[in-house]
Amino acid sequence: MLSRTAENLYWLARYVERAEYLARTIDATLRVTALPAAYIGKTNEWDSALLTAGVAESFYQTHEEANEHNVVDYLSFSADNPSSIRNCIEAARLNSRSVRTALTSEMWDTINSAWIELQEVWSKGTSTREDLAKFLRFVQETSLRFDGSAYRTMLRNDAYWFSRLGLHLERADNTARILDVKYHVLLPEEEHVGGPLDFYQWSSILRSVSALTAYHWVYRETLKPWLVADLLILNGTLPRSLASCYDNLVRNLDQIGVAYGRQGPAQRHARGIRNRLEHSNMNDIFQHGVHEFIQEFIADNSRLGEIITKQYLI
Amino acid sequence: MAVAFDEMNIPGGDLRPAYQELARWLKETPPEALEYRRQEAELLFRRIGITFAVYGDSESTERLIPFDVIPRIMSGKEWTVLEKGLKQRVKALNMFLRDIYHGRDILRAEVVPEDLIFQNPVFRPEMNGQQVPHDVYVHIAGIDIIRVDAEDFIVLEDNARTPSGVSYMLENREIMMRLFPDLFARHKVAPVERYPDELLSALRSVAPHGASGEPTVALLTPGVYNSAYYEHSFLADKLGIELVEGRDLIVKNNEVFMRTTEGVKRVDVIYRRVDDDFLDPLTFRPDSALGVPGLMSAYAAGNITLANAVGTGIADDKAIYSYMPEIVKFYLGEEPILKNVQTWRCREPKDLAYVLDHLGELVVKEVHGSGGYGMLIGPAATKATIEAFREKLKREPEGFIAQPTLALSTCPTCTASGLAPRHVDLRPFVLTGSKNTTIVPGGLTRVALKEGSLVVNSSQGGGTKDTWILDE
Repeated sequence: MLSRTAENLYWLARYVERAEYLARTIDATLRVTALPAAYIGKTNEWDSALLTAGVAESFYQTHEEANEHNVVDYLSFSADNPSSIRNCIEAARLNSRSVRTALTSEMWDTINSAWIELQEVWSKGTSTREDLAKFLRFVQETSLRFDGSAYRTMLRNDAYWFSRLGLHLERADNTARILDVKYHVLLPEEEHVGGPLDFYQWSSILRSVSALTAYHWVYRETLKPWLVADLLILNGTLPRSLASCYDNLVRNLDQIGVAYGRQGPAQRHARGIRNRLEHSNMNDIFQHGVHEFIQEFIADNSRLGEIITKQYLI
Repeated sequence: MAVAFDEMNIPGGDLRPAYQELARWLKETPPEALEYRRQEAELLFRRIGITFAVYGDSESTERLIPFDVIPRIMSGKEWTVLEKGLKQRVKALNMFLRDIYHGRDILRAEVVPEDLIFQNPVFRPEMNGQQVPHDVYVHIAGIDIIRVDAEDFIVLEDNARTPSGVSYMLENREIMMRLFPDLFARHKVAPVERYPDELLSALRSVAPHGASGEPTVALLTPGVYNSAYYEHSFLADKLGIELVEGRDLIVKNNEVFMRTTEGVKRVDVIYRRVDDDFLDPLTFRPDSALGVPGLMSAYAAGNITLANAVGTGIADDKAIYSYMPEIVKFYLGEEPILKNVQTWRCREPKDLAYVLDHLGELVVKEVHGSGGYGMLIGPAATKATIEAFREKLKREPEGFIAQPTLALSTCPTCTASGLAPRHVDLRPFVLTGSKNTTIVPGGLTRVALKEGSLVVNSSQGGGTKDTWILDE
């Protein structure tokens, strides 16, 4: 397939995944900040929402302080924020238009309808909490529909695999970022383990990667920070864990390699990361430093993006 | 202006035979039902994303072309005549182009004045003596046809460069069949759906001689911001060929390749929807980012077929248009089946004098214009506009032609106050391959939705209709 087509499919999937992640982040932050101050402490949750979205620096160039009103607007609707939900959907539609021939009509319909709804219903943003909740649900449903129609209607060929690469790479990045910002509340040496403050922080992390229910099924335990970290980093059964993203990345890259009859640096690099995750356990990770581990992962992950681009997309 | 010929009604109250069933159906169908289907059609168009961009309009860069649900119907007998005339015309266009870029018999015979060719910016000296595969220049032609009476089909314009609109012919039919199955059941409408197949086989048939048995065809688009982008992606999809942009192609050793995830792959035929000027920055406009550097040298080496060929603009130029009847006679020795609109060539002093005296009655067009931009419609223009145009005309008479204001035929159309006659034209698409010329029975009917308006261009508020050729 054309390199440009593969590139568009890859980015299309990334934009949709990012839009959903932003919606989840806002949703989770709204829940935490709705609690009385005693439960959440003095941290500014809207500031950490910006950090997990990776846009804090650009935000503070035009804003004095982070609050619900301006962060929701910045993450959802701002034209100035290149990765606001609106811009993600716009970019996804533009990418879809350039690769219409590689999309199934169901996928196109999902993106095009979302784009039309964005203009017709959400052009002025949201004015009430109810409106915002509706908007966030719309974004999450768009992503689910897109993902579902890709899964159910696409031929299992390189077009599908490149789109999956985008999805899993973005997903791994998102999960890693949330860990990067919140790692301090997961550290076991923190004294008030099990206090109400941490409980809500942990559940908020889990909620933003849609893993709160999963946690209980997997561990059958009350919330414990090292188990939260274990679930998000190493548990291969959770679709948004780093391990699971890398299982998928390795598989999709292998499928491409087999179809093209050639392996390359992307396959080797992805396998390297997956092996590291496979041979880690939480004890080692905590010994080594969660923060360092996550930062290394984020760098490795974005390096994989560069290698894939070089090997296939240009 | 005379009363327009109506496609459905005969003066005196009778109906033309082709429309009798439709008239019966309309009588049985309540207006609300029609309105409901009309809205449904609009929704479908929007969901599918059949949009076009209007240049110079920053407000909404993507728009829908209004679709009118009342079909335009033609009898099989009428179509047979039209089809014959179209084939004749396109054959002559191809022979004219071959001659202009080779022997130039027609110039020596002084049928067409030399300076009209050589001083014309759309004449491409790069094509002199260049052999194009299978001698086909115009693989895809869109010929704009109007009617003013029951007898004649008149060519308003030849489009021999990159004519668009065929996706509307196909999508209009799809949507009509979805919304009005009952109406189709009551007619025998000739299908149009084989157009993509015919196009692909025409394109494959003209592959260069060095191509493999299964030549690779690609569609070259200027990209998502082009006004006809939807059509480009639609056709690539229907043909099952790659939709490429200039940056996807590279030229190596005078061969053209596309960049794929598995390395480069040779391309044999390019159905290009990029204008000559932008095709190759090394030969034409150096600032073109849409083109492929070196494409023209691969073309010269005979390793790639471009459809349509480079330099076809010289055949559909509005100044050449007025010579088409003579061109047909010169190459084919036949009387033209399709007529021309009477045309005054402003470059000729006698004609110019007449035009300046009658500006209020005439339509004056730029020789190199298209899309309905930059033209004067005398009867509809204000005095000031006419005077401004007069100055332009005096300054550069060779840039214009003038034609009488024609009463384009009318066809019943949905309006805010019920069905009413609106002016229409028709663009059938003529495909020429190495062996034969084919035309899918139908075309794009464009309709001027404003009462009394004669401008059917989509960029100027025109709409479209499905076109039915009855299979009798």
